[in-house]
Amino acid sequence: MKIMLNGEERELDGGATVTDAVALVGASGADRGVAVAVNGQVLPKGEWPERVLHDGESVEVVHAVQGG
Amino acid sequence: MPSKADSAVSTWPLGGREWRSRLIVGTGGFRSLEQMESSLEASGTEIVTVALRRVDPQAQGSITDVIERLGLFALPNTAGCYTARDAVRTAQLAREAFGTEWVKLEVIGDDRTLLPDAVELLSAAETLVADGFTVLPYTNDDPILARRLEEAGCAAVMPLGSPIGSGAGIRNPYNVRIIVEQASVPVILDAGIGTASDAALAMELGCDGVLLASAVSRAANPELMAGAMRSAVEAGYAARNAGRIPRRLHAQASSPEEGLPEL
Repeated sequence: MKIMLNGEERELDGGATVTDAVALVGASGADRGVAVAVNGQVLPKGEWPERVLHDGESVEVVHAVQGG
Repeated sequence: MPSKADSAVSTWPLGGREWRSRLIVGTGGFRSLEQMESSLEASGTEIVTVALRRVDPQAQGSITDVIERLGLFALPNTAGCYTARDAVRTAQLAREAFGTEWVKLEVIGDDRTLLPDAVELLSAAETLVADGFTVLPYTNDDPILARRLEEAGCAAVMPLGSPIGSGAGIRNPYNVRIIVEQASVPVILDAGIGTASDAALAMELGCDGVLLASAVSRAANPELMAGAMRSAVEAGYAARNAGRIPRRLHAQASSPEEGLPEL
């Protein structure tokens, strides 16, 4: 299946979860200050392992950067 | 009358907490994390703003580590948002990422001026307050909008001195005074500070604090400028409490006229 991950199209195996998608950008649930939105809605960290992704969904993985 | 010692240690309330430093520093624009760290230390700040962006697997170093090492409070912003919808979603992501309900709310109208979009800003503020956020809105130097934001339940109002990163100082000190006069929440001068005298002026006008980023981070010597801003905010605050002399057209001698010898 194909999802949009941080603005790029990525191929994931069927049944892949948000935790799997987060790992693809080099992050994990153990990192502090990381948050995820699926289809624009915040998904709490505790729900990442259970949330199975579907074809065409969009995942944004963000963290803190320098900013005014 | 507050003594010199009192004004140096007195705290001020913001968002239900007490703070010592009246200087809030943005972390954007520093050339390196090392330079940012030494500058933040020199500034004496307790609150620093951060932005939320996509995780970049290639990025080096973590701003979160630096902020934790210095024991500072990270205030996430919604920089780059053009609509209330995007700003609200960004704030909700920031709450999840940082475990804080505080947000520096920015909703801008275009990328040339970076001026706030008043309509979207007020709408986002209302939504976020209802959702339990402590909202610190970056706003125009418009007393009416500032009042509307306060009425919406914002924890402070943060009028701009001039556009973000312009270094043009406080373009409308009269409006800032009116905002201060009517506000019952803290007023923080946000954006436009170019040098130390701008920060001192903000405090002399009655602001409770100053928020700046580029003035320090893009200075030739950020660490030196950070110390200058710290002194300026303290000096402006002390001067305001000290009660300045009135402006006069003509001179007024400070040496006595009596007892002048005939030579």
